[in-house]
Amino acid sequence: MLKFPIYFDNHATSPVDPRVLEAMLPYFTERFGNAASRNHKYGWEAEEAVEQARKQIADLIGASPKEIVFTSGATESDNLAIRGAAYMYREKGDHIITAVTEHKAVIDTCKRLEKEGFRVTYLPVKKDGLVDLGQLRAAITEKTVLITIMTANNEIGVLQPIAEIGAIAKEKGVLFHTDAVQAVGKVPFDVNALNVHMASITAHKMYGPKGIGALYVRRRNPRVLLTPIIEGGGHERGMRSGTLNVPGIVGFGKAAEICRLEMAAESVRMQALRDRLNRKLHERLDELYINGSMDHRLPGNLNISFAYVEGESLLMGINDVAVSSGSACTSASLEPSYVLKALGAGDELAHSSIRFGLGRFNTEEEVDYVADKLVSVVSKLREMSPLYEMVKDGVDLSKMQWSAH
Amino acid sequence: MAYSEKVVDHFNNPRNVGSLPKQDPTVGTGLVGAPECGDVMKLQVKVNPETGVIDEAKFKTFGCGSAIASSSLATEWLKGKTVDQALAIKNTDIVAELALPPVKIHCSVLAEDAIKAAIADYKKKQQAGQ
Ligand SMILES: Cc1ncc(COP(=O)(O)O)c(C=O)c1O
Ligand code: FES
Repeated sequence: MLKFPIYFDNHATSPVDPRVLEAMLPYFTERFGNAASRNHKYGWEAEEAVEQARKQIADLIGASPKEIVFTSGATESDNLAIRGAAYMYREKGDHIITAVTEHKAVIDTCKRLEKEGFRVTYLPVKKDGLVDLGQLRAAITEKTVLITIMTANNEIGVLQPIAEIGAIAKEKGVLFHTDAVQAVGKVPFDVNALNVHMASITAHKMYGPKGIGALYVRRRNPRVLLTPIIEGGGHERGMRSGTLNVPGIVGFGKAAEICRLEMAAESVRMQALRDRLNRKLHERLDELYINGSMDHRLPGNLNISFAYVEGESLLMGINDVAVSSGSACTSASLEPSYVLKALGAGDELAHSSIRFGLGRFNTEEEVDYVADKLVSVVSKLREMSPLYEMVKDGVDLSKMQWSAH
Repeated sequence: MAYSEKVVDHFNNPRNVGSLPKQDPTVGTGLVGAPECGDVMKLQVKVNPETGVIDEAKFKTFGCGSAIASSSLATEWLKGKTVDQALAIKNTDIVAELALPPVKIHCSVLAEDAIKAAIADYKKKQQAGQ
């Protein structure tokens, strides 16, 4: 039985796993204590639950529990990592390296630091969405204190060469932070194997609740110090003050544990569903363009441009399916996706793009429904598209004189 | 974003989708917008040269639902109007009829531009023919 709208937008957020919710519930009611209360059972219970969750999360990424700092989510984790390191190591240098396709939580934090006098290099990406390691190497100077490159992109799902970047950072003695939000719990991620110094994660992309995240901060080889950006009672070893969100943390821990135990099988299933969707679309539609590398990609991600069809109209046509588009018409700024623009394929493909994010609760039946629906809506919209007609008449769109408006 | 009922209706049942023969001297074609901006509208009118009345109007649009609805509505309004009456159609009329929100006003502007371009093309052909 299909339930509508079908949810294929798991990069935006994922539903909470019922097992996660069940683990959380007692911490709203009978076990409501403040984890910082040292003098009674309520506090002890809460603290114990937090420490268990810290371990569950650490185990998922090969860290030690003490290296997990809880935050309100990955936006805060990115801010803490980048600003915290920039301020702490300002004496050493004032240069940060990132990439143009990073999440806004990284880009805008870097822009803020530029206003404060830091220098930032925004590396371009290749056509497949990956950074060029030679360019990264060349960008490192004596003054570089931090490299921040995401593990998996939230729009096109591409996996950056994190192990290679980690090795370069280690060799050059530069700190390496990665926004691992979309990758952790979906693909293997081990902070030691990857030589990562800091990693941002968030519960709501891995079937946990919203509003709880963490920053992994390395304690050995080297020990990373951060200037806190939120001051107060000195929680989380002084790196992030504020009463801990105990139910959220419990849910985050449970979500991490489930991912650790089920990731191997789940990723195979996700990839099979994704490939099925891709195959069904390609069998029946021409002029589809996949955005980003298909070889280095999250198993549940597909980002396709349906040439000559505008994304928002496509979303309107498939209104019983929840997905998102990189089209300008769907964004408040009326600008197409900066990630797709960075691939250099031309803005028209960004306008025609749809991001599919498959997740734990999606089924083959849903994939088949969505594929059929897309085929019929894309075909209908192409019949309505002046561009498709022109191309079929042999017009070269790139040679046309367009009237800008 | 929620769409008005009228936008949804035009989107689901677009009126007058299609093309008229471009070379026909009684047909005026307007092509406005640009693919890199995410919107291109082609609007065509077929005018009865005797009466100056628009007999037929067709469109094809690459753009959001509101752009498709704006051009669909425009073709509906154009039929039966004289060329001069057609030029009096304003984008604000389209905004009002379709209850377009502020971010979608430019989609209606595109439709007005397409009407003007189609009529201008028709007039150019008529002058060239005389
Ligand atoms: C790559 C990436 N980084 C950061 C974030 C922000 O995470 P949060 O919603 O937990 O602040 C998101 C999610 O929107 C994301 O996809
Ligand atoms: S065509 Fe882009 S918002 Fe209407």
